[in-house]
Amino acid sequence: MIKRDFTRRGLLKTGSVAAAGLALPTIFTSRASAFTNEPKGSTVTFGFNVPQSGPYADEGADELKAFQLAVKHINGEGDGGMLSTFSSKVLDGTGLLGKKVAFVTGDTQTKTDAARASAKSMIEKDNVLMISGGSSSGVAVAVQSLCQEAGIIFMAGLTHSNDTTGKDKKRNGFRHFFDAYMSGAALGPVLASMYGKDRKFYMLTADYTWGWTQAASMKSFMEKEGWQMVTDVRTPLAATDFSSYLAPVISSGADVLILNHYGGNMVNSLTQAVQFGMKDKQVNGKTFEIVVPLISELMAKGAGKNIAGIPGSSNWNWKLQDAGTKAFVQSYGKEYGVPPSQAAQTCYVQTLLYADAVTRAKSFNPCSVVEALEGYKFDGLGNGPTLYRAADHQCFKDVLVVTGNEKPENEYDLLNVAQITPVEKVMYEPDNEFFKGGDLGQCNPGA
Amino acid sequence: MDAIILQMLNGLDKGSAYALIALGLTLIFGTLGVVNFAHGAMFMIGAFCAVTMQRLLHLSFTVLDPTKKDFLGNPMKVSTPYIEHWFGKATGAAILDWSVPISILLAVPVMVILGVVMERGLIKHFYKRAHADQILVTFGLAIVLQEIVKQVFGANPIPTPAPHALAGALDLGAMLGFAANTIVYPAWRLIYFLFSLVIIGGVFAFLQFTTFGMVVRAGMADRETVGLLGINIDRRFTIMFGLAAAVAGLAGVMYTPINSPNYHMGMDFLVLSFVVVVVGGMGSLPGAVAAGFLLGILESFGSMNAVKDLIPGIDQIIIYVIAIVVLLTRPRGLMGRRGVMED
Repeated sequence: MIKRDFTRRGLLKTGSVAAAGLALPTIFTSRASAFTNEPKGSTVTFGFNVPQSGPYADEGADELKAFQLAVKHINGEGDGGMLSTFSSKVLDGTGLLGKKVAFVTGDTQTKTDAARASAKSMIEKDNVLMISGGSSSGVAVAVQSLCQEAGIIFMAGLTHSNDTTGKDKKRNGFRHFFDAYMSGAALGPVLASMYGKDRKFYMLTADYTWGWTQAASMKSFMEKEGWQMVTDVRTPLAATDFSSYLAPVISSGADVLILNHYGGNMVNSLTQAVQFGMKDKQVNGKTFEIVVPLISELMAKGAGKNIAGIPGSSNWNWKLQDAGTKAFVQSYGKEYGVPPSQAAQTCYVQTLLYADAVTRAKSFNPCSVVEALEGYKFDGLGNGPTLYRAADHQCFKDVLVVTGNEKPENEYDLLNVAQITPVEKVMYEPDNEFFKGGDLGQCNPGA
Repeated sequence: MDAIILQMLNGLDKGSAYALIALGLTLIFGTLGVVNFAHGAMFMIGAFCAVTMQRLLHLSFTVLDPTKKDFLGNPMKVSTPYIEHWFGKATGAAILDWSVPISILLAVPVMVILGVVMERGLIKHFYKRAHADQILVTFGLAIVLQEIVKQVFGANPIPTPAPHALAGALDLGAMLGFAANTIVYPAWRLIYFLFSLVIIGGVFAFLQFTTFGMVVRAGMADRETVGLLGINIDRRFTIMFGLAAAVAGLAGVMYTPINSPNYHMGMDFLVLSFVVVVVGGMGSLPGAVAAGFLLGILESFGSMNAVKDLIPGIDQIIIYVIAIVVLLTRPRGLMGRRGVMED
């Protein structure tokens, strides 16, 4: 006779033990995730968070194209672009550590809250391992901070504020693009030689982190050259009509206008400044001049003929003749029918650099990636020999001084490279007064 | 003194756009009783009529020039606009140069038709609904129109320059007896101001001196009685809706050389123009025009360095501060009718 002692309490006990036993491997598995969004399947996902609307939408659209091209090349599609010229040869077009790369995109709207919301969604819902993008330093600083908290790598796109790798730098964040200090250092001597030492300048400055640091850098470097600042007027980022700010310039006694504006802001302010007759006026016995410290090809296109003769600085230009640039221009040109902008180049390069770091580190762990990128020296990506400095995660490379082309031969022939300022001339110490106050902190793997 | 004159000119220029948009807004409110939040989108679509005309005029045929290379090293594609091919280089180039003023020919019929279709197709169904419903539906419509334009033309501003002859600046200082270079102002902005005066004058003259206008004014005062007289006032109000859309559209066309058009420009102006209408008095045409210029001038003075040094950030809030003051002290607005929107 078989006696069965089934009781309700006994069943619950047995069931609980069995459930705990079954759940045990899962608990161990989940705890085994060493870092945020550790990839489990056959793909890894990147998040490309760019402005698809707002004043920097031009740059955002170009950044997105470059990101897509970089992913194609990493996955072995297309002609490989800069993979063939990159000094590191570990990327072989088979994806990353045996996984294919996928990506999701978001619209930052050039607003920090929208950008953070978009990045948060990418991290939590799309399980991205790395976020890239930019075009506004305010956005870049905000998203970099979010990535640091979440244990994600942030490979900044177009962000030019000193603060991104200065007071707001983070261990999980890296910037390839140059900064406002470098623009000032490169432009100061060139402007003094072009327009003379005895000049008075008036600045209009976009009222957010990038504008402030750009204005401070320009003021410092131009005063070193003997120029005098008349005033620095802050303008809202959302402004489209700058007439109220431009009207007093000519009668202020200034003979140079420095527009610390970017993207749509710069297109509007430069167009309106030219409408106010500032390009052909004589003031203080000199020809009135306009300077745009940070110029891109897309802005030049938006500004049309108004950009002719206007000096500024750039991170990169498609007309450079090094092998990396040629390979990228060919690849991008065949894909999209137009030459790439500097925003596209920096985003493409950042994606390759992240992929390269993962492959060299043989791990997706953000802390391994950080280790692989810190102090990394590379070449063949369009900017000549470049260093990712460990102390602040800023890339150091040559800076271009460009001028708007007076006689363009075609619709893309908008900027001329007037001078390549060697990296030594724009280098600074990590504790430079324009960058002090920040702390990289510790790498955060999340999870 | 010269700085004050400059800011006054700026204010009149800004006020021109505010007044033109607000005039249409208040015309629609005065006739149909609808708070039309899609009116900013009419301004934007007008601007894109200029973009469309520019693109139509620039339609080109392409030939390969083997003597020149493009950025990829291939033979360069050289485009020649059909206009230049048909009319000769000089005449063709002149037509292309004047594409913005020529766009008016496209904008007027497009905007009138769009306005009539909007009114008949959607807005008439909301006449008897609460103002909140009207605002919601017209705001939704504005977003739809904005997204359509974004899809068709992209998110980026599109340069639409003024004709070369009108693109420079005038030294008004020298003309008015001040020192040279003290009052330098863009010629196109002055044209925009004069253009707005012509349009505003035209609308007032139309309402004041034509039979059609007289009936519309009578309908605005007492719609029911005019209807009882056997006049189809609804049809006339529909036409007024089209006219209001055309006024906003023309304001948009002529604004394109000042600011490159983008899909969002309607929204940028809508809120300000709505504030203008409220300050001027809901339904009051002279109020809308007066408040448009007044707020434009005050905003301009708020942007002066001396004023901003005194009250930082005043340039961003001055219009809203004025609106609050007016609504607190005179709820029906500067020239509003007693009892309208006073609750």
